[in-house]
Amino acid sequence: MTHLLEVENLNVRFALRFGDLTAIDGISFHLDRKEKLGIVGESGAGKSVTGFAIINLLSKPGYIAGGRIRFEGREIHRLSAEALRQIRGNRISMIFQDPMMTLNPVLTIGTQMVETVRAHRRVSKAEARTLALEKLQKVYIPSPEKRLDQYPHEMSGGMRQRIVIAIALLTDPALIIADEPTTALDVTIQAGIMELLGELCATEEMGLILITHDLAVVSQVTERIAVMYAGQIIETGSTAEIVARPRHPYTIGLINSLPGTRRAGSRLEQIPGMMPVLTAIPEGCAFHPRCFLAAPECRAARPDLTPVNGARQWAACHRLDQTAQPNLLKDSTSRP
Amino acid sequence: MNAWRRLRKSYFLYSFRRDPVALASFAIFFFLVLVSLFAPVIAPHNPYDTSTIDVMDAEIPPAWMAGGDARFWLGTDIQGRDLYSTMLYGLRTSVAIGIGAVLFQGILGIVVGLTAGYAGGRVDSFLMRVADIQFSIPYLIVAIITSAIFQLAFGLGRFEQLAMPLLIVIIGISEWPKYARTVRASVLGEKQKEYVEAARVIGLNPARIMYRHILPNTLTPVLVISTIQVAQAVMSEAALSFLGLGMPVTKPSLGSLIKAGFQYVFSGSWWITTFPGMLLVTFTLVVILFGDWLRDVLNPKLYKG
Amino acid sequence: MFAFIVRRVLQAIVVMGVIAFIGFSVQHSIGDPVRDMVGERVSLAEREAIRDQLGLNDPVPIQFGRFCWKALHGDLGISYFHKRPALDVILSKAPATLELVFGATVIILVFCFPVGIYTAIRPRAWLSRFVMAVSTVGVAVPVFLTAIVLIYIFGVELRWLPTYGRGETVALGGWDTGLLTADGLLHLILPSVALSSIMLPLYIRLIRSEMMEVLETEYIKFAWAKGLSRWRIWLLHAFKNTLLPVITVFGVEIGILFAFTLLTETVFQWQGMGFMFLEAVERSDTALLVAYLVVVGVMFVVINTLVDICYGLVNPMVRVAGNP
Repeated sequence: MTHLLEVENLNVRFALRFGDLTAIDGISFHLDRKEKLGIVGESGAGKSVTGFAIINLLSKPGYIAGGRIRFEGREIHRLSAEALRQIRGNRISMIFQDPMMTLNPVLTIGTQMVETVRAHRRVSKAEARTLALEKLQKVYIPSPEKRLDQYPHEMSGGMRQRIVIAIALLTDPALIIADEPTTALDVTIQAGIMELLGELCATEEMGLILITHDLAVVSQVTERIAVMYAGQIIETGSTAEIVARPRHPYTIGLINSLPGTRRAGSRLEQIPGMMPVLTAIPEGCAFHPRCFLAAPECRAARPDLTPVNGARQWAACHRLDQTAQPNLLKDSTSRP
Repeated sequence: MNAWRRLRKSYFLYSFRRDPVALASFAIFFFLVLVSLFAPVIAPHNPYDTSTIDVMDAEIPPAWMAGGDARFWLGTDIQGRDLYSTMLYGLRTSVAIGIGAVLFQGILGIVVGLTAGYAGGRVDSFLMRVADIQFSIPYLIVAIITSAIFQLAFGLGRFEQLAMPLLIVIIGISEWPKYARTVRASVLGEKQKEYVEAARVIGLNPARIMYRHILPNTLTPVLVISTIQVAQAVMSEAALSFLGLGMPVTKPSLGSLIKAGFQYVFSGSWWITTFPGMLLVTFTLVVILFGDWLRDVLNPKLYKG
Repeated sequence: MFAFIVRRVLQAIVVMGVIAFIGFSVQHSIGDPVRDMVGERVSLAEREAIRDQLGLNDPVPIQFGRFCWKALHGDLGISYFHKRPALDVILSKAPATLELVFGATVIILVFCFPVGIYTAIRPRAWLSRFVMAVSTVGVAVPVFLTAIVLIYIFGVELRWLPTYGRGETVALGGWDTGLLTADGLLHLILPSVALSSIMLPLYIRLIRSEMMEVLETEYIKFAWAKGLSRWRIWLLHAFKNTLLPVITVFGVEIGILFAFTLLTETVFQWQGMGFMFLEAVERSDTALLVAYLVVVGVMFVVINTLVDICYGLVNPMVRVAGNP
């Protein structure tokens, strides 16, 4: 059976003067309509690069060095520029991180919405405008008629992100990739946007890839997650299972560092050390220098994703026997 | 010694070594400055020594051409001077005027900029208004009109005698606002910082704070614009001399050589203008390239305007 | 806003006063109006009488006041050489210079945008590298050398284009124009190209760097992600954002073009204001020189004041249009 999106062994590199750097090192995942997948990791883990690779819009000097991305049965990186253009913004829409930067400052909202429709549908400007109005209502923008003639800077950040979402919805895409859609927004607005995305995913029958560093956000919205570290997926599976019983030491560290898991007033946990830079990814398991369970074999060989917990969950760790112990989570009772 | 070691290890020198354009342009610049310094030693003839010049030798083509003379490998100009020697002396004059003018405008601009930036208030707004107003008139217009006035005021003979110092003053006057603005902008930036506050709190006097503490910190942008300004000043000198408002033909500079040969280009004596022209372009080009590199490496926040 | 305009105009008046004072001092200390009027063959006593008559023995402030008063009425003295009012001489030469600036501006506008955009979107193409190399060298080549090379190639060797003077001109009211005759237009080509060579490289580099900066922004990336056509992204989304900073600089630099007309006019024997000015200096025609100084000074003050006021007026709108 074919999924809406299948990523197989994806490898992304950056061609630099002194040689290539591997940013994404053989990751695989898949997604269906109405399904919501979260990709989680620290900055530099390769989350955003994954998102841009899916629509083949890597910034130079990045390029897809290997693997396959199949969307609706077609291989993305074999498509012509024109075929690819017809997929971007049409079948796959993207939502960027900072709504302050995403919209063109010198064009009205109306122009930016109408042009998107007309890039993919043979409709008149008036029809495109009607469609734009409809989508603005869908994302709960008050007085949408007025908004169409306004410039981005006349609106708040939350409002702009809703408009970006409306733009993403214009062509009824099959897949939305949201790259940190709430990071730049006030906390009070974040929840509303997330709720909206989840809701739309169901009503519009779209697949959603939510890229974020915020495990709490992902656990509220998505059904499945993939945790990335240094360009690899190190743990993946159903969100509920992973949040309840993480098996990779890195995921355990991430969950322990969530503020919600600790008593008020106590110190927040943190994972010691920093994510390695691409030029200096350690041999073996990339996480071993920061890992509290590191053993000699972790230095020697890279672990593969292994099914655990009845294959509802996969983790890439040599010490899975150790990570099964429930007491590794600091406070498993107070978690939502 | 310590400073030298620090320089050798610095990013500055590292990126300099790695950039072939910067290396080459600096090498050529350095070479040309050396040549102009030692022009009297290198040049086979002395263009100022009228006794060795023979008008019969005028307009001899370069040595490799038919009718060339082995004594004059780049040929001679219309007065019969050896073009190669005259160019060396001309470069010397141009470089001297260029550097002199930059020093002049630099000192003027730095003093004004420091005073304006440090004093603030009315002094600042008055000085900067003056700078703004002059800045709004192109420097070349200012330079041309100033030298025209000087020429009439001094009379042509006296102007030609004093041409070099006068040109330094003229080009200096036409360009000082650039320094004043740059220095003022960085003084305003530095003034905010804690160390100036600290110096004031311990009771150092303002002049001392200004020259010992703020000035050194504004030198990076000054250095960067100075390189480009040298190229600009050399080009201004050439432009003024070409218009007949700069160095007289009897005192060769690159500009006056180009002017002198200009009428003869189309009658066949192309070399009199071409060689000085090429030398001028080479000199300004390497200075500009080196200046661009310097700006990219030091990357100060230059005052745009 | 009104207060801003008033302040700006007042400031302009002060500057014009300063320019008038410089002009006056030049005339007062260098010029010799008596010689200008009656030549040199007049006895000392007669000269003194004329001086009295002209008020040249009056106190300096009164003379300055008279100078300003006359200047306000368009009287900037009589040109010694042309035996005509200096202002008339200048105004009769103005069309030539303005047409030269116009020609160069047209060339710059026609070429800088397509070339700047091309080098920005194809920075690695050999043509872009070539253009950038040429424009780097172009900045270092003085305009008179460019002009000489142009004359040599197109005038002397190929004999395609005329190399001096304005050619046939047509009087259009008080305006002597070369733009309406084929001959006049042919004569305009080389001087305009030479003059444009001074600013064209700078503009190409400016547009290129601004555009490259814009192309790196998030909103351009988002435009790609929306599946827009490349031309719409380049020519609307990116270019419109490039335009604002470029226009700001453009206004300022037109003045620099004017400065370089002096060099261009000299090489091409173009009978404009610059050519006239240099002749005036050669002939020690003080009245004409002073008149030129005052006219050019006033011109720049007026232009700058207008630009400032326009910018002040536009600025809130620019903010509305979304210039951050």
